[in-house]
Amino acid sequence: MKISAEKQKEMLWTMLLSRRFEDELTELCKIEGKIPGMMILSTGQEAVGSGACAALEPEDVIITNHRSHNHLLAKGADPNTLMAEIYCKRTGCNKGKSGTLHLAVPEVNAPCTSTVVGAGPPIAVGRAFAQQYKGEQRVTVCFFGDGAAAEGSVHEAMNLAALWRLPVIFICENNVYAGAQRYEEHAPNPSMADRASAYAMPGEAVDGNDALAVYQAVREARERALAGEGPSLIECRTYRCRGHGEADPQHYQPKEEIRAWKEKCPIPRLRDDLLAQGLITAADVQAMDDRAEALVKEAVRFAEDSPYPSPEEALEDVFA
Amino acid sequence: MQKLGMGQAVNQALREEMHRDPNVFIAGEGVGVSIHLNPMFPTHGLLEEFGPGRVKDTPVSEAAIAGLAVGAAEAGLRPVVEIMFNPFFTLASDMIVNHAAKLRYLSGGKSTFPLVVRMKSGAGFGAGCQHSHNLEAWAAHCPGLKVVMPATAADAKGLLKSAIRDDNPVIFIEHMGLYFAPMPVPENDYLTPIGQAEVKRPGTDVTVVTWSGMLGVAMAAAEKLAQEGVSVEIVDLRTLVPLDKETILTSVAKTGRLVVLHEATRTGGFGGEIAAVVMEEGFNLLKAPLRRVTGPDIPVPASPPLERFYIPDDEQLITAIKEIL
Ligand SMILES: Cc1ncc(C[n+]2csc(CCOP(=O)(O)OP(=O)(O)O)c2C)c(N)n1
Repeated sequence: MKISAEKQKEMLWTMLLSRRFEDELTELCKIEGKIPGMMILSTGQEAVGSGACAALEPEDVIITNHRSHNHLLAKGADPNTLMAEIYCKRTGCNKGKSGTLHLAVPEVNAPCTSTVVGAGPPIAVGRAFAQQYKGEQRVTVCFFGDGAAAEGSVHEAMNLAALWRLPVIFICENNVYAGAQRYEEHAPNPSMADRASAYAMPGEAVDGNDALAVYQAVREARERALAGEGPSLIECRTYRCRGHGEADPQHYQPKEEIRAWKEKCPIPRLRDDLLAQGLITAADVQAMDDRAEALVKEAVRFAEDSPYPSPEEALEDVFA
Repeated sequence: MQKLGMGQAVNQALREEMHRDPNVFIAGEGVGVSIHLNPMFPTHGLLEEFGPGRVKDTPVSEAAIAGLAVGAAEAGLRPVVEIMFNPFFTLASDMIVNHAAKLRYLSGGKSTFPLVVRMKSGAGFGAGCQHSHNLEAWAAHCPGLKVVMPATAADAKGLLKSAIRDDNPVIFIEHMGLYFAPMPVPENDYLTPIGQAEVKRPGTDVTVVTWSGMLGVAMAAAEKLAQEGVSVEIVDLRTLVPLDKETILTSVAKTGRLVVLHEATRTGGFGGEIAAVVMEEGFNLLKAPLRRVTGPDIPVPASPPLERFYIPDDEQLITAIKEIL
């Protein structure tokens, strides 16, 4: 499949924006008391969210997990309100109720970030069921980790989705670790994609640091889903370059391993590819990066200047 | 006396019990190799000391962890499993609620399930409602489970050792806010009995019944009120099930007034149970209506001012006390 120049540039752009956004968060976390709660980043894994979301239409849905910033930015979430939410400010996309962990951005069809590991897939099944029920030509993409794949809910979701041929694309982001457990310490089968065969659905492992490969796989899965052929499982093999969270000293991750994966960083890889294809120039890249930097600066300024919610606002937005 | 955070006290209890009884093993996500290299955390160093045969790092599978405990316990082992945060009890709850709690009954008393489920709980970390949600009332509502929620490091050590030696399934909930504050803990091997509340501060004007992270709030309020000449007696429940009604009623008999204080949300909270017990069995002891001070009926929000609003504080307690003085 030929991937248009526009799409390729879009992927590079959302990866650059995510990286700038999260690098800034890394710095902000070093300032005591600036950002409440835990900080969980996807540095090094941007090709997954950026590649997958580029393959979607705005009306398609994503359900994401605790490592959500890249997925949400790639789906088109506003960096200002995302950053303000991460700061727990009133102007945040969830008015300070969520903080960084459960960012919900229904306006870009990213209605649920569950930080309960493995909870996303059943919800994605429900969302895809609604799409099928209403006769929409839409799909739901669900991002979950290799660790999450051990939860029963993930198996149950895949089984039901396959049985009812629901338009779901399960994307397992295999970043080698679940907390401090290496993949082989928590999963007996070296291939997560293999699981698809248990549900008689297509399963494919792709290089998760290659945005174009991720795009291609998701695009094909989307076409199958829209043709009524049901769900697919795509395992994106990538690597968690930072700790589980920013407070994690990564003592269990070999230094050489981190270094080797940093060399396989998805961003220069796509950039060089685009340069080689002659689709962009070095000046274009610079301009994109400058724009990402400016947007992130603006987001931080917006978040810093925004007020905290007043205490009683805690009582709002709950029914019953 | 040594001073330990509650996490270290739990660690000491686990270590001592694992040395004492080879049937004790621990399992959970990251109980061996944790992302935390922090000696303040409960299972720190146990893998090095007891090896991977007895310190089992599991996949992220709460149902499997809890089921492992149920099956292994029936076979005579004494599992102490960890469910990382209290809200994830929902994922383990079939195994705990429908099995651990019921199988002894179902077997006509032939089988026993001596297992402990440890969980972290408590608001105050800006992590939001999927990590901060106190569900002790859910566990307490399920017959067949004991429910323990220590408020001090010393109690955590003594109660966990009792829980491990108990033949019942025990839900053991540790408030994260107590992990890092050093408190005196006896060095010897001692057992704190499950099912006994403790008067943590004697007083004569009003009884405050509380547990877990709220003990500090009660102590702070009592300190302030003492300066105004109000004498507050604080009963730390330590165990919700079985409930030590006697200590509660004895205290209410002495003071004639009761405020129940807990961090969990109000509706259906365990405070209601205590209120009902006192109304049924101690109505005549009361000189004034009792009061509950609890979290409001909302999920725990992440933003600091909202989260502070959620957590009951000493001023709210003082107001409630003054209303009934
Ligand atoms: C049900 C549940 N259990 C445990 C946790 C704690 N926890 C948060 S992230 C995580 C590891 C998840 O690993 P994986 O799914 O591979 O995602 P990654 O963090 O590697 O992106 C764990 C155990 C949780 N949030 N939810």
